[in-house]
Amino acid sequence: MSKIIPSVAKLLAGNTVTKVGAPVATTSSAKYSTKSEASFEIKPFKLHKLEKGPATTATLTREDALKLYEQLAILRRIETASGNLYREKIIRGFCHLYSGQEAVAVGMRAAMRDVDTVITAYRCHGWTYLMGASVLGVLSELTGRRTGVSRGKGGSMHLYAKNFYGGNGIVGAQVPLGAGIGFAHKYKGDGGVNFALYGDGAANQGQLFEAYNMAKLWDLPCVFVCENNGYGMGTSMERSSASTDYYSRGDYIPGIWVDGMDVLATREATKFCIDWCTSGKGPLVMEMETYRYSGHSMSDPGTSYRTRDEIQEVRQTRDPITSYKDKILSNELATPDQLKEIDAKVRQEVDDATKQAKVEPEIGVEELAGDIYVDCIDPVIRGVIPSAPLQHISVAQRN
Amino acid sequence: MKMALKSSPVIFGWLSRLPRHFSTSSALAAKPMTVRDALNSAIDEEMERDDKVFILGEEVAQYDGAYKVTRGLWKKYGDKRVIDTPITEIGFAGIAVGAAFAGLKPICEFMTFNFSMQAIDHIINSAAKTFYMSAGALPVPIVFRGPNGAAAGVAAQHSQCFAAWYSHCLLKAAVRSSDPVVVLEDEILYGVPFPMSDEALDSNFVVPIGKAKVEREGKHITLVCAGRGTDTALNAAKELAGSAGIECEVINLRSIRPLDFDTIARSISKTHHLVTVEQGWPQSGIGAEICARVMESPSFFELDAPVWRVTGADVPMPYARALEVNALPRHTDVIAAVNADKCSK
Repeated sequence: MSKIIPSVAKLLAGNTVTKVGAPVATTSSAKYSTKSEASFEIKPFKLHKLEKGPATTATLTREDALKLYEQLAILRRIETASGNLYREKIIRGFCHLYSGQEAVAVGMRAAMRDVDTVITAYRCHGWTYLMGASVLGVLSELTGRRTGVSRGKGGSMHLYAKNFYGGNGIVGAQVPLGAGIGFAHKYKGDGGVNFALYGDGAANQGQLFEAYNMAKLWDLPCVFVCENNGYGMGTSMERSSASTDYYSRGDYIPGIWVDGMDVLATREATKFCIDWCTSGKGPLVMEMETYRYSGHSMSDPGTSYRTRDEIQEVRQTRDPITSYKDKILSNELATPDQLKEIDAKVRQEVDDATKQAKVEPEIGVEELAGDIYVDCIDPVIRGVIPSAPLQHISVAQRN
Repeated sequence: MKMALKSSPVIFGWLSRLPRHFSTSSALAAKPMTVRDALNSAIDEEMERDDKVFILGEEVAQYDGAYKVTRGLWKKYGDKRVIDTPITEIGFAGIAVGAAFAGLKPICEFMTFNFSMQAIDHIINSAAKTFYMSAGALPVPIVFRGPNGAAAGVAAQHSQCFAAWYSHCLLKAAVRSSDPVVVLEDEILYGVPFPMSDEALDSNFVVPIGKAKVEREGKHITLVCAGRGTDTALNAAKELAGSAGIECEVINLRSIRPLDFDTIARSISKTHHLVTVEQGWPQSGIGAEICARVMESPSFFELDAPVWRVTGADVPMPYARALEVNALPRHTDVIAAVNADKCSK
């Protein structure tokens, strides 16, 4: 925990590098922004076995500025809605919120190309949206309804989209899977790069080191992205990890430490990773230092192993949305009115989807034995008793 | 050898290609062929037919395979498609499954299936369940293969058959070991209070391993159950006693291995009817084991009707509420099984 607080100070110091404008409210009275682009300094990356890291100056166009803002806002809103649905007992089982970590996914997505792929753990609602699913597709999967991306059969940890291989409920398992997707990129020669995300808790799983080894041995185009939010469930990184420099834990794999609260830093770092991997240099490890506001899951209030003050301090000084908002306002890439418009649009979209996700029907019981196999050789699946067999159906092929 | 031929992440099932190599109707096959060579040529043919097929595993390439199944393939197909891995099963099994996610067709060789236990999470949780969890969006066309079963003179760690483990396709940890004991605690029951007798509250009270408990006495039919299935069975017994006047004898196994078959046999000789109740998958499950023991014992002659199993449905566990309910046995299913059993003569 002690490590979190000094890093806040470091980040604050980093923030002063950006141009400090006049107070936000008086920046502009115009409805639309006037500048077409601006440049920003990024808090220096830390490098492991790299001579040169990502660019520390980022250029942001007006269009991109608004797009990133909208994505950050929608991810936050989806999680707020998810938390509420869980408290209303409409979402069952597990539910892990991403609030506080949005800049990691949004920045990475902004740098990714159509051919690139992602796999992550169970904090996957936002990623699913960013990879092309609708808000309704995400929320109604969480409520277990027909319109969910997995037709309600997967639940909150098993969301999928094009080039997005989930959502995985087994801590660390997604990392060798991601290396395998990277293997497929190389095998097929499609030029794609896989990003395999995991937390600081999963960083200690043995299978990660097995995956690192083979990825380097075979120079797979795969980026191992450690989202270090400070805690693996309730165990702080200092209590779980003999080395908390996660970006250096690939040993022979070069690594980069990134301020995961700055969407421009995560974007620039990801661009660098794509260049690195596509030039055949093999894998990278990228540590994103970030923070989660909620508990590990909805059943964890998140306050027994850290203080409320700590959470409050991060919200006030490092929040990925507030800090980004200040940046684009003070640099006149957006006006307060424009951002308010986006906020209203996002609220409307998520509210509508939330309402819909509550009333959508579940799939019919006939799908209990749906899509167990691509080719079901024995069409009859045993049910609970011998006299009630189930008929295997291929729903995905039918649709 | 029809073990799990229907599974999509084909476990063993890929061997279904073998029979034509053994066919005696073709003149070509008149020459005897070892299983090793049959496997080798089957892999070879598949690799020739589809360039998405590749093989990885320990010593499959330059060493020509620890058991020489992949002999010559590396020379023919090269480093890209015949890949030696480090001795890291969970890592390379995960990489193989990830490659299958992304559309390739890996053959993942375990030097022997004994070592697959290091990787079982990827076989079960990553490969077998993903197609279902993604509602058919993400097929996982992978083959896990390697030698299985009792070998000769290699002792316990290297000589065992995993058929029952993987025969569920989606193996559930029905682990039953006697000396180092595995205790499976029902998550759902953690918060459920049970009345405690003075005897049970005594610090010297110990529930013996390997002794079943008759939870309810009855003369018409025996219900054998374990874990949360006990609750289901007791509810059914209560309702059957009230509505149909059928008195069920409910036996809570408590310990799966050793299995207290004596208590079951005694009950069958009284009731002459048997239904088993469990939450796990049917194939090679607890009910299946009990049925087998009945068949092998004089209890067989005591039965007036076939035994019925009430089990979890043979599907991965779905998230959607109604589907989840239907994937697990309810007391009404037990009642239906009892009624069917009592009616079948």
